[in-house]
Amino acid sequence: MGNKQTIFTDEQLDAYQDCTFFTRKEILRLHGRYYEMAPNVVPMDYTKDPDVKLPMQLIINMPELKENPFKERIVESFSEDGEGSLSFNDFVDMFSVLSEMAPRELKAIYAFKIYDFNTDNFICKADLEKTLNKLTREELTAEEITLVCEKVIEEADMDGDGKLGFADFENMISKAPDFLSTFHIRI
Amino acid sequence: MGKKKKSALQVILEDAGIEFDGEVETDTESEEDEVKDKKTNKQPPRETGKTSRLQSKRQEKDKEDKEDKEDKEEDESKEEDNGSQQNRACRRKNYQRRNRDGKKAREEESQKKDRGKTAPTKDQKDSENKEKKTTKRGKEGKKDRKNSTSSASSNSSDEESLSEEELAMLKEQVEQKKKLISTMRNKPWRMVKKLSVLREAQDFVEKFEGALGKGKGKKLYAYKMMMAKKWVKFKRDFENFKTQCIPWEMKIKEVESHFGSSVASYFIFLRWMYGVNLVLFALIFGLVIIPEVLMGMPYGSLPRKTVPRAEQETAMDFSVLWDFEGYIKYSALFYGYYNNQRTIGWLKYRLPMAYFTVGISVFGYSLMVVIRSMARNANESTADGDDNNFIFSWKMFTSWDYLIGNPETADNKFASITTSFKESIVDEQESNKDENIHLRRFLRVLANVLIICCLCGSGYLIYFVVKRSQTFSKMQNVGWYERNEVEIVMSLLGMFCPPLFETIAALENYHPRIGLKWQLGRIFALFLGNLYTFLLALMDDVNEKLAEEDVVKNITHWTLLGHHNSSAGNASAVTPPPLDPADVPRGPCWETTVGIEFVRLTVSDILVTYITILVGDFIRACFVRFVNYCWCWDLEAGFPSYAEFDISGNVLGLVFNQGMIWMGSFYAPGLVGINVLRLLTSMYFQCWAVMSSNVPHARVFKASKSNNFYMGLLLLILFLSLLPVAYTIMSLPPSFDCGPFSGKKRMYDVIQETIELDFPLFVAKIFSYVANPGLIIPAILLMVLTIYYLNAVSKAYQRANAELKKKMQMQREEEKNKRNNKASTNPMLQDLEDLLTPSTKTESPPKQAEDKKTESLNGSSPVRKPGRGEVLAGSPMASGRGAAFTPPSQAFVTQPRTLGVRAPYPGQPRPWGHPLGPVPGRGRGQPCYPPWAAR
Repeated sequence: MGNKQTIFTDEQLDAYQDCTFFTRKEILRLHGRYYEMAPNVVPMDYTKDPDVKLPMQLIINMPELKENPFKERIVESFSEDGEGSLSFNDFVDMFSVLSEMAPRELKAIYAFKIYDFNTDNFICKADLEKTLNKLTREELTAEEITLVCEKVIEEADMDGDGKLGFADFENMISKAPDFLSTFHIRI
Repeated sequence: MGKKKKSALQVILEDAGIEFDGEVETDTESEEDEVKDKKTNKQPPRETGKTSRLQSKRQEKDKEDKEDKEDKEEDESKEEDNGSQQNRACRRKNYQRRNRDGKKAREEESQKKDRGKTAPTKDQKDSENKEKKTTKRGKEGKKDRKNSTSSASSNSSDEESLSEEELAMLKEQVEQKKKLISTMRNKPWRMVKKLSVLREAQDFVEKFEGALGKGKGKKLYAYKMMMAKKWVKFKRDFENFKTQCIPWEMKIKEVESHFGSSVASYFIFLRWMYGVNLVLFALIFGLVIIPEVLMGMPYGSLPRKTVPRAEQETAMDFSVLWDFEGYIKYSALFYGYYNNQRTIGWLKYRLPMAYFTVGISVFGYSLMVVIRSMARNANESTADGDDNNFIFSWKMFTSWDYLIGNPETADNKFASITTSFKESIVDEQESNKDENIHLRRFLRVLANVLIICCLCGSGYLIYFVVKRSQTFSKMQNVGWYERNEVEIVMSLLGMFCPPLFETIAALENYHPRIGLKWQLGRIFALFLGNLYTFLLALMDDVNEKLAEEDVVKNITHWTLLGHHNSSAGNASAVTPPPLDPADVPRGPCWETTVGIEFVRLTVSDILVTYITILVGDFIRACFVRFVNYCWCWDLEAGFPSYAEFDISGNVLGLVFNQGMIWMGSFYAPGLVGINVLRLLTSMYFQCWAVMSSNVPHARVFKASKSNNFYMGLLLLILFLSLLPVAYTIMSLPPSFDCGPFSGKKRMYDVIQETIELDFPLFVAKIFSYVANPGLIIPAILLMVLTIYYLNAVSKAYQRANAELKKKMQMQREEEKNKRNNKASTNPMLQDLEDLLTPSTKTESPPKQAEDKKTESLNGSSPVRKPGRGEVLAGSPMASGRGAAFTPPSQAFVTQPRTLGVRAPYPGQPRPWGHPLGPVPGRGRGQPCYPPWAAR
């Protein structure tokens, strides 16, 4: 903790605390995690807001994400260029949204983004199939997959356009009992 | 910020002598503007990173700006009518912009030339500043437009002549900013945007907060603001401190990522329990044990504080101490040690009173804490999905536990998700399978019968053993086994019954989450039966002791009398040598006996738990791991395999242990200390054991809401352990020669005594009235009625809720039918869209992202425009955002001033003085009014 002043200024820490659900210590810890992924690229001193990005390959190998079937999507959703490289800001953003304290609405937005594989602002059948394949490691037969996808669309699609818009998704996810407890990563 | 820029621009234009004749704009031009805006948005990937470095520079620039602005403001402030002034300013500015844009479109001139043309009269330095600003401004065009009117108004607010409504407006704005700051973390924006918007908002608040209190009580206002700021900072620091004080966060996290949230929920429960026990420990040690040790009579001064002569030989032997006899029995850890003196030490500390109230408040505090955390948990899980509309969707989107970080657990999870999908597919295809149901029902009934048999058997066994131990206790020379038979049998039962139940429960084939609850319920019944059998036997024991006490009391009396008489007879001049306290005959002191029983039970429970973990988990794991190399079948996959972490058993062990602590702490104040040690060690020990020698559950499941289940069990146990203690306090006479209440008829007499002796008379009177059954019974009645009423109210709410749900369902159906092309007008969705647009070469300052988005929305379809305008004006979000761009003079911080020089897009004809986009005043709503005017 003695070196915290050299990593961030107090104003930066305060600003991060205003913008995320983290405490000062957690932000420093996040920086530590970010730093240790690529010690020779990431500077220890963040007071000058250096422009550093880490590629997706590094990020998805974090133990927190490694086993997650959606890790690529998560990282892509939070990266500003949409290609998976995360600056420290994006990195903090990601874990803030996935933290325990984040409200359901915020989580829902990002969850929607994560499950929207082709980024067309709708979760369509192709997205659902991809999700399902990732969840089950492609152990379901083609018929089963089609059936499940159809059921999902039938359950959650309110406006009848054959795909899930954000309103549909939010409506569905806001009632899910487990969403908050599962859509969260501790760091 | 917009203010400064605009005013600077206006100055430039006025200087340049460009005439503003409006109405010449065409829509195509504005479209062009938008396109250009977008282009510039993409430009500056570098600059944001350097903002902080450039901040000081910018501030200098700001000062210069202010001078410019003031010229301009003088013009404007002459206007009498506020509204018309705003309108005019707005329109004029727009014209200016249009004008310039149009010009630009017509001429293809270099940036420098342009500058030279527009600002011929200014000196060189100033104009350079402006140039930078204007390029910047191009990017922020949209925002400027949106807030142009508000900026005009706050221009004038800088001056001394603040009208009332302006003040109110400003106040409102500041409030909005503050709200924005406090809710910043909930906004789904990119971090860069959040940071810069936050900075702007903070700057704004800082700037205008001071201005608000101008005139009357400015100092007070500033002081209040400063204190508020300090308070916020303190609160945050305190929060930081508090989270730092939460122990074992990383340990639990590690366990969680390996074993899923259900195992972690046990450890979180353990940690919570540790916290509660620490408080109890502080209470008991601080108010009872330490005062007694410091100020009470020392050891050996009284019979109750001395080991009897007959036992002194062996009082220090380890075997004796291990049984909590000898010196430990006559120490401050047990009830009997305390003296019944009303006050002790120079503080006149009323120890008996303190002992009593602490004993009560241990229960009071525990009850409060348990109920409060239950209520909190219940609040958190209000939105439970009881409707089964979304089986597959939920499975699809919420079944993966993002916490999982261990390959093995992940494998299990994948498998379990696949199975659960298959199960629900099968369920979907054939919803009822009749032939299985009968078999399953039969099996479940059978399992329950078997388990009830087990429970009865174990209850009888304990009763039998306790009875036998009473006969043992009367015999001399009993062995170690006979003395500890009860504890051993109880521990063995606790060790072997749960696995037995689990085996039986396999017959039932429940979902593991439901199975866990059944298992918990059964073990709970087992432990409870055992505990109460034990208590009943103990009560028998106590009654015997009470009878014995009467006899001893007489003996003691006569001994003391005889001693006095004999010494008096010897010589009247010499004071008689007092009878050595070790020689005084004394009663059995049933309270200490009970306390010792509980302490023994607790200690043996600790040992059994640890040995079970060592043998059942660790040795087994070692065996499986190492003997596997030379064994005839695969030990890891086959029979012994590794152990799973037994959640139900561990949780119940903890709960029952706590029950014993609650019951025993009145008679053995030191018990809580032992328990704190136990929890502390078991945290580390079990964490180690679970990580080293357990495997994740075959069917990993989430522990959703199981926390409240644990709490419910705890509450039940707390209540059940309250009963015997309350019974002994209220209806058994305390021992005559030991403990703080000796010599009184009942323990609670100490309260009456205190009230009579230490309080004025009327308090005693009031107390006697209050204690009157005539008052208590109506009070209880009133409470019952209140409960009934509240219950009815909550039922009514539930009904209303259900009704609403039904209505919503119907509405949804309706909407499903008719809705097809309704545009998303929800501000949340706009943010989402912002996020979802596959971000172009970004790192654009967030404001630009915003511009881009709104622009693209505006440009997309003419049909949508009015709706959009309404949203902007009406929704709090939009107005909040609008407020974010209103005009603090140095708010334009995010843009480095070198931007214009760099002008990175070679293909773009004129990066300078970028087009400002469509006029807000025409063609869409009426945004020329300030955002608040629309409301």
